[in-house]
Amino acid sequence: MLEVAQRPQVERAPTGALRARLGEGRWHFQHGPIDLVVGAEGDAESVCAFVEAAWARMQTILGELVRELSVLRAPVAAGVLRGPVARRMEAACLPHCVQFITPMAAVAGAVADELIACAREYRGLLRAHVNNGGDIALHLAPGARYRVGLFADLGRIERRERWRFDGDAEIGFDTPVRGVATSGWRGRSFSLGIADSVTVLARTAAQADAAATMIANAVNVDHPAIARRAAASLKDDSDLGARLVTVEVPALPAALIERALEAGSAHAHALQARGVVQSAVLWLQGRARTVGSP
Amino acid sequence: MTTEDKIRCDACPVLCMISKGRTGACDRWGNVEGKLTRVDPVVLFRKVTAQQGELTGFLERTDWDGGVLPDAPVFVSGVGSGTTYPDYKPAPFIVASKHDGVDMVTVVTEGIFSYCSFKVKIDTDRYLGPEQATVRCKGEAVGHVTTIEYGSQMLSLGGVHHLTGGSKKEGRVTCDTMMDLGNRKPVELQIDGGASVIVEAGKPPVVNGVAEQRMRVGCGSATIGIFARQWHGHVDEVVVVDDHITGILTEHQAGRFLDMPPSGIKIKGRKSTPGRYFQVAHPGTGWGGTDITDPLSIVTGFDSKVARPGLRVLMVSTTGEDAAYFVLDDSLRMTPAPMPEPVRRVVDRIGENCEPALCTVLFLMGAGGSLRAGVTENPVRLTRSIKELLTRVTSGGAPVYVWPGGGITVMVDVTRMPENAFGWVPTPAIVAPIEFTLRLADYEALGGHMDRVRSVEDVLRAERVRVLGWDGLNPWPIGT
Repeated sequence: MLEVAQRPQVERAPTGALRARLGEGRWHFQHGPIDLVVGAEGDAESVCAFVEAAWARMQTILGELVRELSVLRAPVAAGVLRGPVARRMEAACLPHCVQFITPMAAVAGAVADELIACAREYRGLLRAHVNNGGDIALHLAPGARYRVGLFADLGRIERRERWRFDGDAEIGFDTPVRGVATSGWRGRSFSLGIADSVTVLARTAAQADAAATMIANAVNVDHPAIARRAAASLKDDSDLGARLVTVEVPALPAALIERALEAGSAHAHALQARGVVQSAVLWLQGRARTVGSP
Repeated sequence: MTTEDKIRCDACPVLCMISKGRTGACDRWGNVEGKLTRVDPVVLFRKVTAQQGELTGFLERTDWDGGVLPDAPVFVSGVGSGTTYPDYKPAPFIVASKHDGVDMVTVVTEGIFSYCSFKVKIDTDRYLGPEQATVRCKGEAVGHVTTIEYGSQMLSLGGVHHLTGGSKKEGRVTCDTMMDLGNRKPVELQIDGGASVIVEAGKPPVVNGVAEQRMRVGCGSATIGIFARQWHGHVDEVVVVDDHITGILTEHQAGRFLDMPPSGIKIKGRKSTPGRYFQVAHPGTGWGGTDITDPLSIVTGFDSKVARPGLRVLMVSTTGEDAAYFVLDDSLRMTPAPMPEPVRRVVDRIGENCEPALCTVLFLMGAGGSLRAGVTENPVRLTRSIKELLTRVTSGGAPVYVWPGGGITVMVDVTRMPENAFGWVPTPAIVAPIEFTLRLADYEALGGHMDRVRSVEDVLRAERVRVLGWDGLNPWPIGT
């Protein structure tokens, strides 16, 4: 028998932000390019209060970011941003500033962090998460844990293989990890590298987001069949300007895959040594490297 | 706003400037041939038991059991499919599939409709306004009151006259109103010389700030006809107050049949047939859709030769929401008295027999224009194929009623379509999904774009898709 779809009712805030309830304690929030899922567990009152607080916060975030958009799209510098989300982006990107990076590299994670911060108020929450397009901020009460499944080998969709997790990570209250982020050339944001995916665990989602971007950029080799285009030719107003972003990666010889993964994991090790990331998993054409452990 | 080839998107505060053929920061809106167009991922339905049929966001990869998709029957809907204006280009998706071993094809597009409207049925006897009155939203004319139906007031909203025939503001407000009606959001309307009403598909109407609870069980005469026997023996007279036909039990055929003696009651209004009275009061939001709040205001007296002291009279509305019980005193005046339990039970039964009052919203679109060229090079064959039932039309997967006669004029219940299926373009005009499903052989015969037929698997592989569980109340569109 078929199940009848429960159609979510969509609520529209005066600023244009939308929300729809997906299920028990799970909501979909969307405003312009921000598109995320909020989930919480605990006593019903706390779950409800947290969701309402996060929704209230969500409504003005995009407007705040837009006010500083030109600065956010420029190479990161210290002390020039004012909005709370913008400052989270700045803080997460500054450790990478010897290379080209704009605060936009951490926008998804920073928005997730800003919303998960609403959870601290509510003692009755067992755990909560904000999943902003794969960049996830977590809240854990003492003793609580999340198991994060990793669907990393995005190439599997193209190869039409059956779905399965490529790994998982237990994130407990007693670990420092509260952020998970994934980057790669197949994702919604552009990448300078060729990784199918790089997943990073870090203290915040913004840190994980910026670090995943940079590690994914480092997973790279030269090969004539890798197609790259100027970011500005694909998207108006891209913060990457004329930089070449990856649009197609052919099947590569094993040696090149290993060389690209080696370059990426060297970068990940360096970031881990500096305490910027807790751990990272890098995937390229069915092969993986792990750096650190959760 | 246009600068060179770019257009400014004002869908959100980011205000992207978008070049032709590209999308903005959200990937939801794009510049399609110079027009700001919603380019959401195309919506697919899968005919399997989803986990509560929950909307599976494309961002939630963990929820998407990618392996299930190609195995379960999939229907590609027009929601978010985009268009290919000018229409001589083939429709965005022409998808092949198999049903019981027969090759089928579904031509999927979003139509841009200027010639379209919403027919709204509002279950209420309350007076909303005179027939033909203008219906306004935010002060702008967006439609009119049309013929009243049994127990329901009908409105016709939107349409080309308001979209493009009036001022720019009228067109914009009409477009917003239509979008919201289609996407099942509440819309507040004012009727010239009548009420204000909040309409939301599938929800009770709110008339002048009061949410409607239930429809009347029937007109006053019908109510007498239904309940006469149940009142018999417990009361001597019943007046069912109704704006359309007020009924009087002892004069009515039903009372006479039960040998009830006349009570001698005289009421206002114009007698139609025995026991049935028109216009006992003015239309309003009081008892039974009239403007009265005191039922005695329609009673002009009793015939002293017929009436007697102690006569028991019930006055009740057609929904049972209003009721009062009286006993005639020695000077034949109606004196309020406690309602006996058997009488109360019948009043409650009137209420029980009233169905919940709802607003129902049907979208009426004319796909007879150039949209057909995206399906076939010889458009009239598509029209004929639909009339001959060789081609099934759906809108966002929902079944439609195909109006007979010329062209392809179809009507669909918006509550059977996916959430947010309607979009708009700045023309202003409404964007709505439409799908044509037929046998591949028939498609070839009517001059279809055979070189553009793609497999479902190819669509899944190449497109951003959003997967919805199938609404089990809708028939699966792909059949022979």
